[in-house]
Order: sequence, then C-alpha cells, then structure tokens
Amino acid sequence: MHSLGFRVNALLTLGVTVLALMCVIASLSDNLSVPSPSANVQVLNFNWFQKQSEGNEEVSLTFKIAADLQSMFTWNTKQVFVFLAAEYETPKNSLNQVSLWDGIIPSKEHAKFLIHTTNKYRFVDQGSNLRGKEFNLTLHWHVMPKTGKMFADKIAMTGYRMPKEYR
Amino acid sequence: MDWQGQKLAEQLMQILLLAFAVVAFATGYISGSFQMMVLIYAVGVVLTTLVTVPNWPFFNRHPLKWLDPSEAEKHPKPQEAVSAKKKPAKNSSTPTQEAS
Repeated sequence: MHSLGFRVNALLTLGVTVLALMCVIASLSDNLSVPSPSANVQVLNFNWFQKQSEGNEEVSLTFKIAADLQSMFTWNTKQVFVFLAAEYETPKNSLNQVSLWDGIIPSKEHAKFLIHTTNKYRFVDQGSNLRGKEFNLTLHWHVMPKTGKMFADKIAMTGYRMPKEYR
Repeated sequence: MDWQGQKLAEQLMQILLLAFAVVAFATGYISGSFQMMVLIYAVGVVLTTLVTVPNWPFFNRHPLKWLDPSEAEKHPKPQEAVSAKKKPAKNSSTPTQEAS
C-alpha cells in the first residue's frame, strides 16, 4: 500500500477475485430454481417414405412442436439450445437418434413457441428398419448460462409409428 | 502516504469492494438481471479506485516525527563489531549470543 502502483495492483487483484466469487455464486444460484418445461409434438403427415439406392431408408415428415420452456430461464441464462430427435430401437443398435429439428432460444420471451415445420435435417436410417417402426420424439435441451455450469435435460414423447409402406 | 494511511487505504479497499459486491449481487439477483450486477460492481470498483488509489490528504494525517539532524549527531550510531554482523538482532550485544 506504499505506492500508487502497489495500490492499483492490490485493488485489481481483489476486485477480480471478488468478481469471480460472484460468478460462482451466480452459477450455484441456478440450482435453486426447478424448471418445469412442457412440450408436445404432433406428427401431422409423412410426406414421403423411400428407400435410397444405397439401401438406406429415408422419410420426410411434417410436425408441429408446442413447447413452453420459459421456466428454464433464470437471471444467469444466456440462451437455450433445443433439438428434437427421433429415437428408435433396431436389432443392431439399442438406441438410434436422428436429429430432425433444432433451434436457439435467445430469451424468455421466445421460450413459448409453436412451430409447424418439416424435418430440418434428413431422417435417414442406416438400413431398412423403419417400416411400421414405433419411435419416440425426444426434445433435448442444453441451458447455456452466462457463467458456470451448463445443464442438459430432455422430454421423451412416445407412441409414434412409421407408415407400413413406402410412399 | 504514512503508515496509518496505508492501513486505512487497504481496509477501505477491502470493505468497499466487498460491500459493493454484496449490493451488486443482491440487486442483480432480485431484479433478475446479470447485467445490473456487473454494472453496479463496475461502478463500485471505479469508486473504490478513486477513494483508495490516489494519495489523498486524509491518508497523511499521522506523519512520522523524525529527530532533528543535530540531535542525531549528538548520539552517534554505535560501531558494530565484526563478529556481530551475523546476528543483527535486538539483543546482539549479549556476549553469550555472539559466542554461538
């Protein structure tokens, strides 16, 4: 504390340490809120369903996502990344995940949405297991905080079934 | 800045920074705005810098009183013995200690 430079150094050191501590506590405060998101996906139509020349099956579908993710947003949330995946079981793999749609929710105001869309990414099976296959649509999300730990969770919606024939 | 001033500056710095941190966090958490927290804390750091970094007059209210040079000449500094150089402690004049 005897010279100007020493005082500046001490102040900046303590200042940054305290700021880091505040960020840690801010990150821990995220654990206090318990999010209660809701989501509902409705498959409106299977537009087409074909076998590619390589033997893999590909399907195009139209669906409607209604979700309310507002409760995920706390004061320490920067954005939420959300994606919809089709999940199904095949003899070879116990879990197949195909991402159909994704989005970034920048704020709480945009967290309650209704989207009517076809699949943004191609739904291709590695093989030909899809005919008549029962599958889940799972909404996954990653909550990205301003500081600290990232949270991830999902809602699985069951009871969807592929068409029995190519179209 | 004198000794008392240095102590005061250090304590002021710590107290001010921590107080601003607490106020900033509470305000940010209650208003739900991370930006508010950072802003209040930034203002706090700037204010603390202005208070504790410059050499203000109130850090110099306890100046050291040095002896007058003429007074010092009347009591010349004792010449240290060569063997006493190893231990310039307070009781270096004790013969037993010098022997060790």
